[in-house]
Amino acid sequence: MQITDIINPENLVYEKPKLLTSNTMHYCPGCSHGVVHKLLAEVIEELGIQEKTIGVSPVGCGVFAYNYIDIDWQEAAHGRAPAVACGISRTNPDKVVFTYQGDGDLASIGTGEIMHACNRGDDFVVIFINNGIYGMTGGQMAPTTLLGQVTATTPCGRDAAMNGYPLKITELIAQLPGTSYVTRQSVHTPAAIRKCKKAIAKAFTSAQEKKGTAFVEVVSTCNMNWKLPPVEANQWMEENMFPFYPPGDMKDGSKHDIHPNNTVKS
Amino acid sequence: MAKVRGAVVVDNEECKGCGLCVVACPQDVLGQNKQVNSRGYHYSFMKNPEACIGCMNCAIVCPDSCITVYRVKV
Amino acid sequence: MGELRLMKGNEVIAEAAIRCGCDGYFGYPITPQSEVMETLMEREPWNETGMVVLQAESEVASINMLYGAAGSGKKVMTSSSSPGISLMSEGISYIAGAELPCVIVNVQRGGPGLGTIQPSQADYFQSTKGGGHGDYRLIVLAPSSVQEMNDFVDLSFELAFKYRNPAMILTDGVIGQMMEKVELSDFKPRMSPNEIEKKYGSWATLGKPKNRGRNIITSLEMDSHRMEVNNRRFQEKYKQMEELEVRYEEIQCDDADYVLVAFGSSARICQKAVDIARNNGLKVGLLRPITLFPFPKKPIGELAKRVKGFLTVEMNAGQMVEDVQLAVAKTKCSVPVEYFGRMGGIVPTPLEVVEALKQKLIGG
Repeated sequence: MQITDIINPENLVYEKPKLLTSNTMHYCPGCSHGVVHKLLAEVIEELGIQEKTIGVSPVGCGVFAYNYIDIDWQEAAHGRAPAVACGISRTNPDKVVFTYQGDGDLASIGTGEIMHACNRGDDFVVIFINNGIYGMTGGQMAPTTLLGQVTATTPCGRDAAMNGYPLKITELIAQLPGTSYVTRQSVHTPAAIRKCKKAIAKAFTSAQEKKGTAFVEVVSTCNMNWKLPPVEANQWMEENMFPFYPPGDMKDGSKHDIHPNNTVKS
Repeated sequence: MAKVRGAVVVDNEECKGCGLCVVACPQDVLGQNKQVNSRGYHYSFMKNPEACIGCMNCAIVCPDSCITVYRVKV
Repeated sequence: MGELRLMKGNEVIAEAAIRCGCDGYFGYPITPQSEVMETLMEREPWNETGMVVLQAESEVASINMLYGAAGSGKKVMTSSSSPGISLMSEGISYIAGAELPCVIVNVQRGGPGLGTIQPSQADYFQSTKGGGHGDYRLIVLAPSSVQEMNDFVDLSFELAFKYRNPAMILTDGVIGQMMEKVELSDFKPRMSPNEIEKKYGSWATLGKPKNRGRNIITSLEMDSHRMEVNNRRFQEKYKQMEELEVRYEEIQCDDADYVLVAFGSSARICQKAVDIARNNGLKVGLLRPITLFPFPKKPIGELAKRVKGFLTVEMNAGQMVEDVQLAVAKTKCSVPVEYFGRMGGIVPTPLEVVEALKQKLIGG
């Protein structure tokens, strides 16, 4: 059988998701953002929610997410995506809203907004890309940068005495009663990507069911600023990021599970 | 057991030559072209097309969604 | 005649919001405006009109909640006082840059910094010249009575949607805390997404149907040429506001030799000062700008041709006086423009104003 016989519409098993636009992504070769965008496009299409989904893009490399997925988008100020998403979802409870944020956006400048949105249990999805570095501005230290990790602003490696410790913000988020599903995923292998897609789908379903804030961290690479080829960046992530940011579900529930006993008596 | 044959089509112009598909392939089908596309990237190609089983791994890991996969039982 | 009530300025803002079909309020407590959100929470409009009311974690979050809701075509507002407005300035700039309609109420207190909780008008520059980064303007309305607090809520929304631009009600602790008789507006139903689209066009992010491209709310444009085009469009809009939306009130200016220029609570004090001056045989009038942006340059220019001098009265170190000077300078009339004001939360008395008028302009 000739290759040309196989390449035939009836044998098609995988193609670019329909909800990805024809725009070429501005991301560096091998960047995890592209994979997560693809999964979002697939999930939104498969759940049939294109016509009621609104994405909120961050400041950082993900700022142009609105150029790539064919849905309505709002672009938020740095760190404020959860507040923007709260504004949309509170006034449009029939819509499906998600934020797409990096580690600088979510875990540094936007710590207040993400904590309070998750604590209120606002019904939207958070996609959190954690690659431990500032990509867009050229590789400076992020709150999630590992100890000893070299960045443009920690040229001798992150030093706890000077810069404090890497922030496990997802672990903090999982403590908040307003969250429904909190998980940490990655997209470095086909198996991990399949798993991550399931997690994203579950998060969207959970937000649609008004169970609270659904939070998906994706431990990612920034090969350009890590100064590694894409394949080696994936290895570096497994060896260095996973021990500190281990993939797996942290919470699977609903904001309605919690009935605090500590409400005032009268 | 039915044999499965696959084939992939790489969008040469969209490929950024990151090489993630090359290592994701269990059959060592893909390689990076010595040629570059108009943006200067060594785009992926089927260096060993006969071995492809259409498992989609290459397409799944591709950050630029530039791989289309076909599969047929023979 | 609408329903008459005796109410505080801040309470009226809340009531007017509900009655004009506002979709949402997001705010954070700060003196002297906390009654706005308190009144809303007491009224529970979500049961009545479906209006959302949320106490946010900060002013920063409040203004970004406005961004999100306004970006989905909703009529939304916030209120705060000076330090809170400073925190919101980033978000206001983004809202102006993304061309979204919303209403922001600033019940001013004295600054700088934490300053004082007493009334002030020291945010004039901040409100009328932009406030945040970049070239943008807000539509700024300055009520001088509790009645106008009521009337300007609906008007602000009208203007904000007409121009897709944030509108600000710039008031202060005097008007916010003052109780007066007010004729409340009749209830208007909230607009449906379809009605909003019909009236103002399809730009809101409500989910992308198959038959249109995606709507994107953003202030970002990496191409400088296109960014300049955007800026030119904004400037064109501000120019149009200057042509069409100037609002002001002239009190006893017809035969006036001297004209006081004052807005908001200062204008009330000046009304009394005009009476006192006229009782002393001085022909004094008052021009009260109602819109601070667009500023009533033309009527001031007209007056400059026939009066002997202007005195601005402001609860700040002299901010609006610069706009009056510019308006007068444009006419090439060499009429003196002076300023009198108090700061730090001190409210000037009518007698002080008359005294300043005599000293600075009339002589003796």
